[in-house]
Order: sequence, then structure tokens, then C-alpha cells
Amino acid sequence: MLNIISGILSPQAAAAVANSYESIATSTVGSGGVSSVTFSSIPQTFTHLQLRAMYGTTNQNSYLQIGTSGGANTGARGHMLNGNGATAASFNYTAGATGLYLDYYAPSGVTPFYVSIIDFLDYTDTNKNKTVRALSGGDWNGSGEVDISSFLFATTNAITSITISGTATKQYSSFALYGIKG
Amino acid sequence: MAAGATYTPIATTTTASSAASVTFSSIAGTYTDLVIIVNAGASTNADLHLQFNGDTATNYSRTVLSGNGTSATSSRQSSVAYYRADNVGYLNTSFPNFVGVINIMNYSNATTYKTALSRTNNAGTGVDASVGLWRSTAAITSIVLFPDIGTLTNGSTFTLYGIAAA
Repeated sequence: MLNIISGILSPQAAAAVANSYESIATSTVGSGGVSSVTFSSIPQTFTHLQLRAMYGTTNQNSYLQIGTSGGANTGARGHMLNGNGATAASFNYTAGATGLYLDYYAPSGVTPFYVSIIDFLDYTDTNKNKTVRALSGGDWNGSGEVDISSFLFATTNAITSITISGTATKQYSSFALYGIKG
Repeated sequence: MAAGATYTPIATTTTASSAASVTFSSIAGTYTDLVIIVNAGASTNADLHLQFNGDTATNYSRTVLSGNGTSATSSRQSSVAYYRADNVGYLNTSFPNFVGVINIMNYSNATTYKTALSRTNNAGTGVDASVGLWRSTAAITSIVLFPDIGTLTNGSTFTLYGIAAA
């Protein structure tokens, strides 16, 4: 029995998981832009998802929002810590919130772009409410922002699709979805 | 279906002999993003700077969000000769208090300016999140990392990974 317990506690006892970070799908915006990007039929074979995004928008002072198949429910809420190069500020949003805000003040030009790295933790676990977190930012040599944000969807539904929307994204924007095994 | 495994280690450098900088060169353009994991110290209080493709002109800028245990602040550098990844969580002699993850997004395209997104910390001084811009559409093929003053502590590690999108 002692050997069994020892084996369980020992780091060496855990078998390595090969190929634990895998590319699932990528969407690159062509000429003319798009109003939204959706990843559907997401495999349920990973533990976490990571979305790596680079985007420009058609409207200044706009934002992108991440929604999921389960939607936002009663109790959904989000928070953001924002730095605009002059001051640090914190925001929260609840009423009408449908998903994670990636940015507070996105760029309107084609270049440079805004970038985000969004983690969807335990996205298949139907015992847990779904929470996402993001690190985002854009700098335009004289203006810019960096954001740390999170959102609670308040649902235990597994995430099977992800939609990025809120404003039109410009040509050359790209969204790459990855899966991380446990 | 998943398109394949990625997050591939490209190169690792462990410093010795009071190195002034670390360089990753001949970076292949076969990935979408680059990630650099840093665990480092310096001979004195110093900021971690990056330059791409040997560009030492004032083509860089950054915005940073910082917390030092007393207050949260944000600041900016414009038209400078480097991307400074940290602010209050800087390199110092308390090795290895400084750790950082630097993401260089879409580094290999020849269409857009290049943006880096970092989270860096020094457990003894503070935490930072920063975004840096290199105003060049050239694909990044080399990266040099260096403290703005002094040298890197022997044993500092810098690991470069590549992430390929489907």
C-alpha cells in the first residue's frame, strides 16, 4: 500500500502526455472583412482551449466579444484591468453581458493590430461553470492599451462553439484555436 | 479535428560568463507565433529589452500595465530603439526572481507590423503586462534580448518556442 501511495504522489509516476498542445482551426479574414468569426464542432478531446487572435476593426472605440455555445446566463459577469498608457483602471460588467470583452478601445486601422490570448479552462467539464480569461493589447506608437480580463458564463454546458463578434474585423485579422490536453 | 501538435521548442540558451545579451537567430518562418520563456537575473537593477532583426532604430513602442504592491499604473514609451518587456517587475540580482512569457504574434507574415504581448514579474518588486509594437512588416528572423544596463546573471535561461496554426 505504501508503494502505491508513494507512486501516486511521485511526479515521476505521472505518464507524460505527448503532443499536449494542438492546433484545431484557424480563421483568417480576407478582403472586405467579416462581422463575426465562429469556430464550431470543437472537439471535446482536450482539457483546455486557447484562442490566439490578431485583429483590426472597422470602428474606432469598439470591441470584440467572445461568446460560446452555452451562452451567458443569470449570474454571468466579467471584469477587466486596463492600462491606456497614462492610467490604470478596472471595470466590471453584468447587465446584458453576453461574453468576454477583449478590449476597451480597439484600433480602427489595418495596421498595427490588436492581439489577444484567451484561455477557456476545463471547457468540456459539465460540473463546472465556464470561465475564460484573456491577456490583450495593442500599441500604436503614441497610443494603445493593455488589458487583463475574465468572464464567467454561469453555465456548466460544455463549450462546443466559439463566436467572436461585436464589430467587423478587417482584412488580415486572424484567429487561431488550439487545444491543450491534461 | 485537430490539425496537429505544435508549441515546439526551437532553442534554449543558458547564460554564462556575464553575458550582455542573448540572441536567437535564423528563426524559421514555419510557425505563426513565437513564445519566449525567460527566467533571468542581472548584475544590477535592469529592464529587459528586445530588438528584432538587428533593428536599432527608433521603430519600437509599448504600453504597459503595472502593479508594485502599492498601486496600479500604466505608462508608455513611443519611438524608442527597443521593446521593453517589463516595468516594475524588472531584472535584478535576486536571481531567479524574474520570470516572463513574451508572445510575438504573427511574426512571420510580411503584411502587418509586429506586436508582442508579455507578462513579466519579479516576485520581489512587481508584476507587469505589456504590449509592444515594432513598426516593420518584415518577418522576424532574429531576436536579441538584453538588460538595458549591466549583464545577465549566469544561469539565466531563455527558451524559444514556435506555435503553428492550422
